[in-house]
Amino acid sequence: MFDQTLKIIFNEKITSDTFLLGLRSPEIAAESMPGQFAMIRIDNTIDPLLRRPFSICGIRDKETILILYRVLGKGTSILSQKQEGELMSVMGPLGNGFKLPDKDDKAILIAGGMGVAPLFFLAWKLKSSSIEFMTGFKTSDEIIRPDRLNDLSINFSITTDDGSSDYKGFVTDLLEEYIACHRESSDSLRVYSCGPTSMLKKTAAITAKNNIPCQVSLETHMACGLGACQGCAVKISGSESLSPYRHVCQDGPVFSSCDIDWNSL
Amino acid sequence: MSSKPDLRTTLGPLELKNPVMTASGTFGYGSEYKSIMDPGLLGAIIVKGLSLKPMAGNPPPRIVETPGGMLNAIGLANIGIEEFLKTKLPWLRNLDTHVIVNIYGHSINEYSELAGVLKGVDGVSAVEVNISCPNVDEGGLVFGKNPEISGQVTEAVIRNTDKPVIVKLTPNVTDITVLAKAVERAGATCLSLINTLTGMAIDIDTRLPKLANITGGLSGPAIRPVAIHMVYQAAQAVKIPVIGIGGIMNYRDAIEFMIAGASAVQVGTANFINPRTSLDIIQDIEKYCLENGIDKITDIIGSMKSYR
Repeated sequence: MFDQTLKIIFNEKITSDTFLLGLRSPEIAAESMPGQFAMIRIDNTIDPLLRRPFSICGIRDKETILILYRVLGKGTSILSQKQEGELMSVMGPLGNGFKLPDKDDKAILIAGGMGVAPLFFLAWKLKSSSIEFMTGFKTSDEIIRPDRLNDLSINFSITTDDGSSDYKGFVTDLLEEYIACHRESSDSLRVYSCGPTSMLKKTAAITAKNNIPCQVSLETHMACGLGACQGCAVKISGSESLSPYRHVCQDGPVFSSCDIDWNSL
Repeated sequence: MSSKPDLRTTLGPLELKNPVMTASGTFGYGSEYKSIMDPGLLGAIIVKGLSLKPMAGNPPPRIVETPGGMLNAIGLANIGIEEFLKTKLPWLRNLDTHVIVNIYGHSINEYSELAGVLKGVDGVSAVEVNISCPNVDEGGLVFGKNPEISGQVTEAVIRNTDKPVIVKLTPNVTDITVLAKAVERAGATCLSLINTLTGMAIDIDTRLPKLANITGGLSGPAIRPVAIHMVYQAAQAVKIPVIGIGGIMNYRDAIEFMIAGASAVQVGTANFINPRTSLDIIQDIEKYCLENGIDKITDIIGSMKSYR
């Protein structure tokens, strides 16, 4: 893990409200694994005060870390105004990252909206044509394709809630369909998921019902990102251990979906 | 000829090499930050509050950012004193700084028992008594708002310890001097203040409170003027040393607390933003002293001037 001041290489608009930020750090780039995140200090002000956690969504040329973000509040709005050459304080890589599939496993990536960010990194790392990448967006304007970020040739399917592009429906519909069509090979399926809570819950339920291992990347508010403040607690299922909570920053952000108490979210 | 300024300060029998500590709950057990900074350079480390038995803490969401600050309702999640002594203290005691253990009990007896567990323990320089946590049902604020009980808790800890006793006060009271005096009378070595201010925030779209606990403790630069005022009041009301806490982000904030009457300071929320804040503050205090011809940092304690 590094605590560095990084130069912005680019900060380009991808859709009407999403941006791709490139920060130069060969050190963080070399250590980062898909699913890990960085804590970024947006500005030197007291409002916003805390750093913000962002998934690392890829590495370019071994020296630039990519951050994909949507402008949602004050922090990301300020971030979107940053120009090439400006400096930012960044801590990373943080968190555990995804456990990669074995050679004979079939990875299915299920992303909703900005949940594509850590899964782009995973897809790029796996570089395999045998993965299935299924994404869901609200509407066609929000679609982010992987080739917008990095060279990647994979099976990439898209759903939109409103049917304005591709398949009309939810990304979890595609997952159910895929599982139904691949019953004979379901032992080798490994699901990786990131996105809105409702989508993660559905994904967790589908994979649990079909006995398919599923890893989810969770998002919470965080203050420190290092396990010190204990602000990012998430409730785990069953409570044989002393504490029913784990910390998204350190124990996660990636969890086995069967370990999460989904009713608490 | 300018020589290096003397940054040492004292809290009763405890001598610190500089006046900058990390506040309880904002620096974990120290080791979380070892890859980023050397905690041995601090005046002291105050570890995350410890109870007799491990505590799970409150349900999430536990934190939310507010203008110039943050609300937290962690609920004193901690590993328990025994686990701390077994797994955390061995690393901490090898650092070249004081380790101060913050304790929290659900009853006066538990405070006393915690003090007993730490009695004679090598590598623990002092005990900080938390009677001011706003995020737990028992003990905490209920004790800290009541001068009689605050005094009783203080006495119970003192009876059962061989270490200096720091009592951490809550700002959620009408008159901080009443509490400060009660704790001094009970025999505390020094006071630390302020703990967080009780606050809350609501999401207007979902109409849910932004914290599952509904209320939380406000910290960060937003509370600093309140803290400066209370440190100023407390320092005038008691003879024992006062430690200033509340939204310190840089050396100017730290110096401000000392001019108001603090003998030392604790850095809290700023650790989350930049874990090296405390070390920067130590360096910058030294520079401030050099530039202002201050030989000893203790010379600025309570040195506020008046207009006429």
